Amino acid sequence: MNKRLFVKGNDALAMGAIEAGCRYYFGYPITPQSEIPEYMSRELPRIGGEFIQAESEIASINMLLGASACGVRAMTSSSSPGISLKQEGISYMAGSELPGLIVNICRSGPGLGGIDASQADYFQAVKGGGHGGYHIIVLAPHSVQEMYDLTMLAFDLSDLYRIPAMILGDSVVGQMKEALVPHSYRNPGLPSKNWAVSGKGGRKEQSIIKSLYLGDGELEAHNLKLHERYRILKEKEVRYEGVELEDARLIVTAFGSAARISKTAVRMAREVGMQVGLLRPITLYPFPEQAFRKATETCGRVLCVELNAGQMVEDVRLSVHRDAEVFLYGRPPGAGSQPTPEEIFEQIKKYYEAIS
Amino acid sequence: MNYEAFMAGYGGQGVLVAGNLLSMAAIIEEKNVSYFPAYGVEKRGGAATCTVVISDEEVGSPVIGSPGAGLLFNQLSMDKYFHRIRKGGFCLINSSLIDGEENREDIEILRLPANQLALETGDARLVNMVSLGAYVAHTGAVSLESLKEALKEVLPERNHGFIPLNKEAIDRGAAYAMTGTEKSRAQR
Repeated sequence: MNKRLFVKGNDALAMGAIEAGCRYYFGYPITPQSEIPEYMSRELPRIGGEFIQAESEIASINMLLGASACGVRAMTSSSSPGISLKQEGISYMAGSELPGLIVNICRSGPGLGGIDASQADYFQAVKGGGHGGYHIIVLAPHSVQEMYDLTMLAFDLSDLYRIPAMILGDSVVGQMKEALVPHSYRNPGLPSKNWAVSGKGGRKEQSIIKSLYLGDGELEAHNLKLHERYRILKEKEVRYEGVELEDARLIVTAFGSAARISKTAVRMAREVGMQVGLLRPITLYPFPEQAFRKATETCGRVLCVELNAGQMVEDVRLSVHRDAEVFLYGRPPGAGSQPTPEEIFEQIKKYYEAIS
Repeated sequence: MNYEAFMAGYGGQGVLVAGNLLSMAAIIEEKNVSYFPAYGVEKRGGAATCTVVISDEEVGSPVIGSPGAGLLFNQLSMDKYFHRIRKGGFCLINSSLIDGEENREDIEILRLPANQLALETGDARLVNMVSLGAYVAHTGAVSLESLKEALKEVLPERNHGFIPLNKEAIDRGAAYAMTGTEKSRAQR
């Protein structure tokens, strides 16, 4: 067995990226994710990689676009206001069918807001934050180990589908330290990047990376192709964790840090004999629609816990069985507004006791 | 078993180092552990808190509203967090800096003159080690040996020369907890 390390979530993410073969990082510092560029700036030059602290967030996302167009694994990371600045570049990457990892360790908003844990960027992440009607792959780790594992998965899915991928976290998963068991990266048999602009060499076909389609019907066909890929994502790449759903009379759902806190609340409920389960989306896009539908065929009540005023709850409502009731416990972000397991347990009791 | 230790003091008292050390000791014992520092706009001399959860099972929430144990290093933390400790839990109070007879009948209390014991050991900055030694001796969350072994993992290499002094501080805190204690037993 590999040695168990004791590391911060942000460091685990950076370690996972390097292990997955990422050798290029472009970013601009911002709390609470600065451990990621710090780690990369130290480690990448040692292994022949390249770390660039760009002049801005906009520059760094476009550097990622350029590196990805050359066929290498590359990433950027930032936090909410910085991710807003990157949206134009993300849209161009989506339109150009370029893979690449974008990490958002969220802070609270809107505007400059604060640096506290927040999940208020859910909509921006899963609905296509930039212009033009696209989606990116969004993964939500809830532990330090997952910061490592899901970063590797994000690179793989992104390369496989040629869709940008995002890790969506916050200061809870970024700043928390836990045991990490690092493991070697194994390439799942990804196709070669024959589309990359790597010099024409002996090839006949010229590779062109672009998101501009002016020909008659070209852009519509391009969009339909992208959306067919999103459909396949929903079919094949959904990931979620279900805890004691079999006999549940109330399902708690939450992602990332809120799911972590909710796990203890669910355990508290089980300890007093309440039949409560947890459904934790790991892929926020593609959203586990079928898992919600199936679980709510037998359990008609869902409590959605989020560190915002209610965002994922909309996708939950679209996914559940038509007779299921969906309740929201939304905690908008800010200093001291992180819910405790005890508070979530109170909410569980409230909605559980209403079952006659 | 499940141990939750909430530690609070002001910046400079070594609260976060203490949390790291306790967590590393749990890692050495192959237990599951989460360490979560209060994260905000912090400044020197401001409040410093962290929560350590040690468990044989999967660790759920890294943040706890009513922790099973509190290590309160200064008066501000006492005023803010003493009432939050779970019924049946344990509180270590740094009696060097926390005055008054504030009491609770529903938890165990250990009043530890941590600053005084630290000074007697040789350095005022050993307050955190004295306190951890006492906490570990009282609760058995980890062993004193693991705690000492963790020092070389947690302290930066340039400070490894101070490890013997830190070990001594841990032992002094532990000895105090085992003998000269002032306790109020929980009524069950």
